Amino acid sequence: MLVSIMEHHSDIVPWEIISKIKGFKLKYSNVNDDGTLDYADFENKLCDKTKIACLSHVSNVTGGINDVKRIAKVAHDNGALMLVDGAQSVPHMPVDVRDLDVDFLAFSGHKMLGPTGIGVLYGKKEILEKMDPFQGGGEMIREVAYNRDKEHCGMVWNELPWKFEAGTPNISGAIGLGAAVDYLENIGMDKVLEHEKRLTKYTLERMEESSKVTIHGPRSISEKLGIIPFTVEGLSSHDVALFFDNYGIMLRSGYHCAQPLHQIFKLESSARLSFYVYNTETEIDRFLEVLKEIDQL
Amino acid sequence: MATIDDYVSRIEGTCGAEKDVIVIFKYEKKDEAIAKILKRATVKNKIAGIILELTFQGQSFRVYSSGKAIFRSIKNREELNSILAGLLL
Repeated sequence: MLVSIMEHHSDIVPWEIISKIKGFKLKYSNVNDDGTLDYADFENKLCDKTKIACLSHVSNVTGGINDVKRIAKVAHDNGALMLVDGAQSVPHMPVDVRDLDVDFLAFSGHKMLGPTGIGVLYGKKEILEKMDPFQGGGEMIREVAYNRDKEHCGMVWNELPWKFEAGTPNISGAIGLGAAVDYLENIGMDKVLEHEKRLTKYTLERMEESSKVTIHGPRSISEKLGIIPFTVEGLSSHDVALFFDNYGIMLRSGYHCAQPLHQIFKLESSARLSFYVYNTETEIDRFLEVLKEIDQL
Repeated sequence: MATIDDYVSRIEGTCGAEKDVIVIFKYEKKDEAIAKILKRATVKNKIAGIILELTFQGQSFRVYSSGKAIFRSIKNREELNSILAGLLL
């Protein structure tokens, strides 16, 4: 199995755990100094022994967009399946799984105005048909026939998607997530993307004027979405976040669940500014005003 | 008899190599907590009227006017509780 070193812990830890159980080798591909994917390294490490290639569509630390379509083709050429972490792409940009030709793509409800505790795993139908259920219970089964002679129950799985939905599902969560999807589709994912790109460009240009701020990750607006990780000279990321908190501006500080990428950046942590549909230029201006105060410390 | 819980809403460990601890004071008690801390700790620096750099029993920390404090290099919860008790009780 091959993953990139830029991944969120949720795209590293489960594979580390299952690789020990199943006994397969987990390999990591490198990133460039700016945190963008080293495509040559990823593609070189993909070989006919690779069963699954896994990559985030958008980095949750840098906002950098990965060309998963390109990687999916190379994965398929090597006989591997392609799994994409879409937690940072699906809420922020149009995503067409058929066009990307990925085999699996996962995303979370809580990152797209929906409830916590629910997400989506898309899988190609022909692959899901071949897979056995990972969990047993009600609803995922069509038949449980007891054979008295053999003292055994013969089982027939239900059809997709129920085969993978054992037990009483998170009904309220699914309704909430459906409402979030409808809300975003009503706005239009093209418009969501355009809005975030505009805010990101506006912010990046002004943040670069600060003498104490270092912005990490790719700078080109064509390569990234609305996430800006940064550090401030002389302050820890937690101090930066608490300073902004004083003004009612919430930033994330720390590793952002991506410690390996921070090790690559040689950072103890970073502060992260991120945007969504509800953010405005006025809010960005307020952020920049506070940043100027930090600059004068 | 007052306890730390009378002043502290919650304590969070930060993620990152720094391993800092953030103490969040109860909103309605934050001004009282900051006033007590200012009486007992030594103010080393005041930054932008927002951040107070302080020392107490050899421990340096920062208090923000929003009612949050950040402590560095705290070994364990017992050490933090001891410092908070000294500052607040």
